[in-house]
Amino acid sequence: MSDLEDLYREIILDHYRSPRNRGELPSPPAHRVEGFNPLCGDEVVVTMVVEDDRLADIKIGGTGCSISQSSASLMSGAVKGKTLPEVRELVRTFKSMMSIHEASLEGEVPDELLNPAELGELAALQGVVKFPVRIKCATLSWNALVQGLEELAQATP
Amino acid sequence: MAPVTTGPIDVEALRKDFPLLSRTVHDRPVVYLDSAATSLQPRSVLAAMDHYYETTHANVHRGVYATAEEATRLYELARRAAGRFVGAPDPDHEVVFTKNATEALNLVAHSWGRTNLKTGDVVLLTEMEHHANIVPWLMLAEERGIELRYLPVGDDGRLDLTDLDRLLDGVKLVGVSAMSNVLGTINPLADIAVAAHERGALVVADGAQSVPHLPVDVRSLGVDFLAFSGHKMMGPTGIGVLWGRAELLDAMPPFLGGGGMILDVRTDRFVPADVPHRFEAGTPPIAEAVGLTAAVEYLEQVGMERIRAHESALTGYALDAIASRLGGDCRVFGPTSVDGRGGVLSLAYRDVHAHDLAQVLDQYGVCVRAGHHCAKPLMRRLGVSATARASIGPYNDEGDIDTLIEGLAEAGRLFG
Ligand SMILES: Cc1ncc(COP(=O)(O)O)c(C=O)c1O
Repeated sequence: MSDLEDLYREIILDHYRSPRNRGELPSPPAHRVEGFNPLCGDEVVVTMVVEDDRLADIKIGGTGCSISQSSASLMSGAVKGKTLPEVRELVRTFKSMMSIHEASLEGEVPDELLNPAELGELAALQGVVKFPVRIKCATLSWNALVQGLEELAQATP
Repeated sequence: MAPVTTGPIDVEALRKDFPLLSRTVHDRPVVYLDSAATSLQPRSVLAAMDHYYETTHANVHRGVYATAEEATRLYELARRAAGRFVGAPDPDHEVVFTKNATEALNLVAHSWGRTNLKTGDVVLLTEMEHHANIVPWLMLAEERGIELRYLPVGDDGRLDLTDLDRLLDGVKLVGVSAMSNVLGTINPLADIAVAAHERGALVVADGAQSVPHLPVDVRSLGVDFLAFSGHKMMGPTGIGVLWGRAELLDAMPPFLGGGGMILDVRTDRFVPADVPHRFEAGTPPIAEAVGLTAAVEYLEQVGMERIRAHESALTGYALDAIASRLGGDCRVFGPTSVDGRGGVLSLAYRDVHAHDLAQVLDQYGVCVRAGHHCAKPLMRRLGVSATARASIGPYNDEGDIDTLIEGLAEAGRLFG
C-alpha cells in the first residue's frame, strides 16, 4: 500500500480532518471566487482580502475530497499574510510540482522535485503526481486563488 | 462459454470469455465493478471486429465489389440484431445507428423536438435522468422557450408518480430513464407510457442501463423511442442505437447532413434519404456494428433472463453483505430491495469522500466510479456532491463484492 500511504500522508489527513482558515469572509469587502471540478463535483469557495499588495486574509469554503480539501487548507496557511509577489512565486512552484507528470506522460514519474524546500508542508502533496486524475483535485483551490488575484489586479488599475 | 442455456449462469466459465479480467493491477486481480460506465467485452466481440477488418473492410452503401457488398450486408445485419434484441417489429426501418446513447437522445431532441415543439410546449423529464437526457432538452428550451418539468424522486429512490396526471398537463414528450445509472431503480415505463399516451404525449426512453441488463421489449413497454449504447452491452465504443416507431422517424427531418443521408443533392437543395439512412450521415461505425452483432449474440446466448436473475441475486448479496459487515457506516442509495432494482450500488461510507473511497479501492484492484455520474440534478436531490458507484455485470461474483467491502473497510480505517 506504499503508493497510497505516499498519497495520504499524515499532514494531508490532518489538514483534511481539521482544515485551517475554513469558512467565508464577508464579501464585499472580500473578493469571492468559486471553483468547480466538473469531473467529481467538488466545489471550492475562496474568499480573500488584499491590502497594500499583501494577501491580508483568506478563507476556504466548499466541499471536496481529502486531496482538494487538504490542498486548500495547506494553501491558505502558506499564502496568508504573504506579499503578492511571494504568493505568485509559491503558486508557480506548487504548479510546477503538480505538472511534473505532464512533462513525463510517456515515461516514469520522477520522484524528486527540484526545490521542495521552498514548499514546506505543501511538499506533502507530492504523492499526488503519481495519481494523475487527482492533480485536478489538488490544484482546484490554487486555480481559484489565481483567478481571484487576476480579477483583483484587473479591477485596480 | 459452455453452451448451457438454462439454470443459473456459470460465472466462473463466463469470466474466461473476458480477457481483461485476467489482468492484474497493483499486483491484484482486476475486480471490475464499473459496468454502468462501460462493460467489458467478450473475446467473441473482439474477434468479430478483427475478422471484419482482416477479411472484409470496405465502405458501406457505396462499392459494388464483393467486400463492399459484404460489409454493407454485415452493417445491415447489425441493424437487425440490435432491433431484434429490443423486440423491434421492423428493425430495417426503425433502428438508427448513432455514436452512442447520448447522440441518439440528441437526435430526438434536434429532429423531432425542433419539428414538433414550440414555445410553451412542455417536456416532462425525471429527477433521475442522466445529463444525456436533460441537456439536449435544456438546449431546446434555451432555443425556443419550451418548458421542462421533472417527475420527482421519492425518498425510497423510486419515481414518485402521485402527481403524474397533473404534471402531464400540456406535455408533448416524456423523457425517462428505463433504469437509473445512480440508484439502479427500474422505472415503470409501461405505466408511464400509458399515462403519457392518454394525454397525447410521446415517450423517449433512455435504455442505456436497462438494455444491457434486463430483457427489454419495446412493444410491451409501449414507448416511442429507445436510446442505448453498444459499449455498455459488451459491444465496442463508438456505436449507439436509436430505436423509434417507423411512422415517427419517417416524419422527422435529418439531424446531421452529409454523404449517405441523401437521395439527391443540387447546388441549391437536397432530398433526404429514407429512414434509417436519413439519420446516418457520413461513414458509419461499420466494424463497431459488426462488434455489436457479436455482443447481441453473446448476450442472447447467455440469456437476458438469466443475466437479470444473476445480477439480481448478486445485488441482493451485496445489499445484505454491506449492511451486515459495514452496518450503519455504509449507506447505499436507491431502493433497499432488489425488486425493481438493478445492480447499481451508489455508496457513501461515513463521511469519506467518494474520490478517496475509489482511490483506496483501486489499491485492491477494484474499479468503481466516483463522482456525480452525469446526474447532477439527482445528486442535488440526494443531498450529496458525489458517490462511489459499484455496478454489477454478468461476469461479477460474490468474491468481487467481498473485495469491495474489504476495501471500503480499509478506507474507513485510513480516514477514521
Ligand atoms: C442512464 C444513462 N443514459 C445515458 C448515458 C450516456 O451513454 P453514452 O455516454 O454512451 O452516450 C449513460 C452512460 O453514461 C447512462 O448511464
